[in-house]
Amino acid sequence: MTHEQATFDAKTEIDFVIIGAGAAGGIIAKELSAAGFRIVVLEQGPYMKEQEFEHDELKYMRQRAITNDYKRQPNTFRATEKETAKLQPAIIYGRQVGGGTVHFTANYWRFHEIDFIERSRWGSIAGSGFADWPITYAELEPYYTKTEWDLGVSGLAGASPFDPPRSKPYPLPPLPIKSSGALAERGAKKLGWHAFPAPMAIISQPYRGRSACLHCGFCEYFGCEAKAKSSTLATVIREAEKTGLCEIRPNSCVRKIEVNKAGLVTGVTYFDEGGREHFQSAKAVVLCANGAETPRLLFLSKSSLFPNGLANSSGKAGKYLMFNGHAQASALFEHPLNEFKSVPVSRVIHDFYDSDPRRGFYGGGGMDMRFVSYPMNFALRGLPPDAPKWGPQYKAMLREHFTRTVHASGHTTSLPVETNSISLDPHVKDAWGLPVVRVTYKDHAEDMKTMQFFQARCKELLEAAGPRKIWTRELRNQTFGFHLLGTCRMGNDSRNSVVDKYHRAHDVSNLFICDGSSFVTSGRGQPTCTIQALAYRASDHIIRMAKTGDIKSGI
Amino acid sequence: MIKSCAGLGSAWIVSHLPEIAAAQEHAHHAALSQATPRLEFFTHDQAVEVEAIAAQIIPTDDTPGAREAQVIYFIDRALATFASEERAAMVEGLNDLQKKTRKRFGKRKRFSDLSSAQQTELLRGIEKGQFFELVRTMTILGMFSNPEYGGNHDQIGWKLLGFEDQFHFKSPFGFYDAEYQSK
Repeated sequence: MTHEQATFDAKTEIDFVIIGAGAAGGIIAKELSAAGFRIVVLEQGPYMKEQEFEHDELKYMRQRAITNDYKRQPNTFRATEKETAKLQPAIIYGRQVGGGTVHFTANYWRFHEIDFIERSRWGSIAGSGFADWPITYAELEPYYTKTEWDLGVSGLAGASPFDPPRSKPYPLPPLPIKSSGALAERGAKKLGWHAFPAPMAIISQPYRGRSACLHCGFCEYFGCEAKAKSSTLATVIREAEKTGLCEIRPNSCVRKIEVNKAGLVTGVTYFDEGGREHFQSAKAVVLCANGAETPRLLFLSKSSLFPNGLANSSGKAGKYLMFNGHAQASALFEHPLNEFKSVPVSRVIHDFYDSDPRRGFYGGGGMDMRFVSYPMNFALRGLPPDAPKWGPQYKAMLREHFTRTVHASGHTTSLPVETNSISLDPHVKDAWGLPVVRVTYKDHAEDMKTMQFFQARCKELLEAAGPRKIWTRELRNQTFGFHLLGTCRMGNDSRNSVVDKYHRAHDVSNLFICDGSSFVTSGRGQPTCTIQALAYRASDHIIRMAKTGDIKSGI
Repeated sequence: MIKSCAGLGSAWIVSHLPEIAAAQEHAHHAALSQATPRLEFFTHDQAVEVEAIAAQIIPTDDTPGAREAQVIYFIDRALATFASEERAAMVEGLNDLQKKTRKRFGKRKRFSDLSSAQQTELLRGIEKGQFFELVRTMTILGMFSNPEYGGNHDQIGWKLLGFEDQFHFKSPFGFYDAEYQSK
């Protein structure tokens, strides 16, 4: 692969620098290079190839081999602005070429029509910045279809009565049902709910030169050796390189986006693997560093022209952080499910997707059954809370529970709360000497009610499936985010948002921002499909603007 | 950086990735070069005591336990390489346990000499402490990590759980999907 990719010298005029080779950056790199533009993608993590991925829980445990490294890049956390933030891991994101799409679960749900217009439908909610998106589902639909077909998604169109309209079926049939899926379907049927085949960004059959899933079970937290997971690494990034116009530059950690006196972007300053500083000039910059690192980089790029951070005249950069809510109940069944085999999820339930005023609070979500638990983590903390921690009974329970346990999970809405945020920590520095991410996060009261509602539905679902035993853990305010959303929200009003509906920064006409930070509301978990549809849509508009001379270079 | 053994499960692993890779290599060579593994950090006497604790955490009954899985070699190599910062806590904890053993059961006794009931009684007294959590965590890591790291001998840990590490499985995967498909 590498030999095909372009390597640009310092004199070559670069059209776009893309910061971050993840879910969005990978797609934009491919689209812009295929349209004839010269692209440099700066990725802070390494460029790992599939043959380097391993089944090694100790090394990848909780995904750290290919995610942000807390030793070199710690973060701090506090629940409210009154507290002093403490050093504690509060965010996780993919940190290699392919970003989070390498290690993600590969759940690939489209948002529904309602997700874009909930503020109008529901009304305002105290203590939140609840707002409509500046785009609708109908505007994004062609791009949902494009991302499903470009990357390779398995699913069954029309199987869910709650599915939004789609212009094309899934390119690949669903993956085989697992025991968790069979039990979800059994429970749902009894309750009058609808379990449908999970849309997954994992290919069930050979597709565009890649071979089908082998069901090894090492999906979540691991990279796929078989290239069956439709990461940007396995798909669009290779296509971008083949254009000969795109250079992926790994181990390149951007510390500042530079601007000229007119306030236009001129390029970026970054550290290479050895800590040496470089400047890469470009006519425009596309920032796709994720919902935590994107606002951080805007803050690190403050200047006399942009004293509150680049592109932050609204003061909304870093604000409205949303994690999505999570609720869970667990059960032990009579016979082995062997959930360690095959992909994480095979059936999904969307009966409670929409909000319902009769519940008395705002919020909705999707549900599934799964048990992603590798041996070490399972033995450390996978047994029910009342289980012994050592001794003969502990050993007996390990043996009984590992193959027979399953969780029912609810993936729920998070309201955009202005005080939930990413900011720069005033005290702690990373290995490059830069201020680290400080996370401030407390679930909105409605979000807690939603999680409680879903935990009760999870219990119902498990009960209906006929287990031997059910247990739950107490729901608490979340202190850790897998989904990093909303921190540079899109909007039509430059006073209340960071980017416009085309992902162009309101304040800087040759800076574009596209990743989870663009979200206005959280959806119901599973944001990757929407991040990638937005990336395709943003690409179309960036190409249109660039070709019509609408992007003024700062060089 | 991270002193508490509570970090062992997550952040602790993180900060030691290069060392983990080295340890794996190290363990791999050790496995190739010797029929019987050799201790690199513990003295023989220390190893006997740690193994006795590990054997209470995951005991041997009708199926093999931590002892047969050779968890002690995982722990030894971990302390020799990527978990070197836990050495002091390990040695201090062992000495402390030895003191408690003598005080409770007589001057000439070592923990490993005690009956299983006596060992259990002593461990109940320290099970909320950091030393026990350190040994518990390392026992579990040694029992269930890839055998290349020195423990999980003959995949004893994985067999206990019913876990198989394969690159290819075929549907049906479990009882309920098989039942679903047969309908």
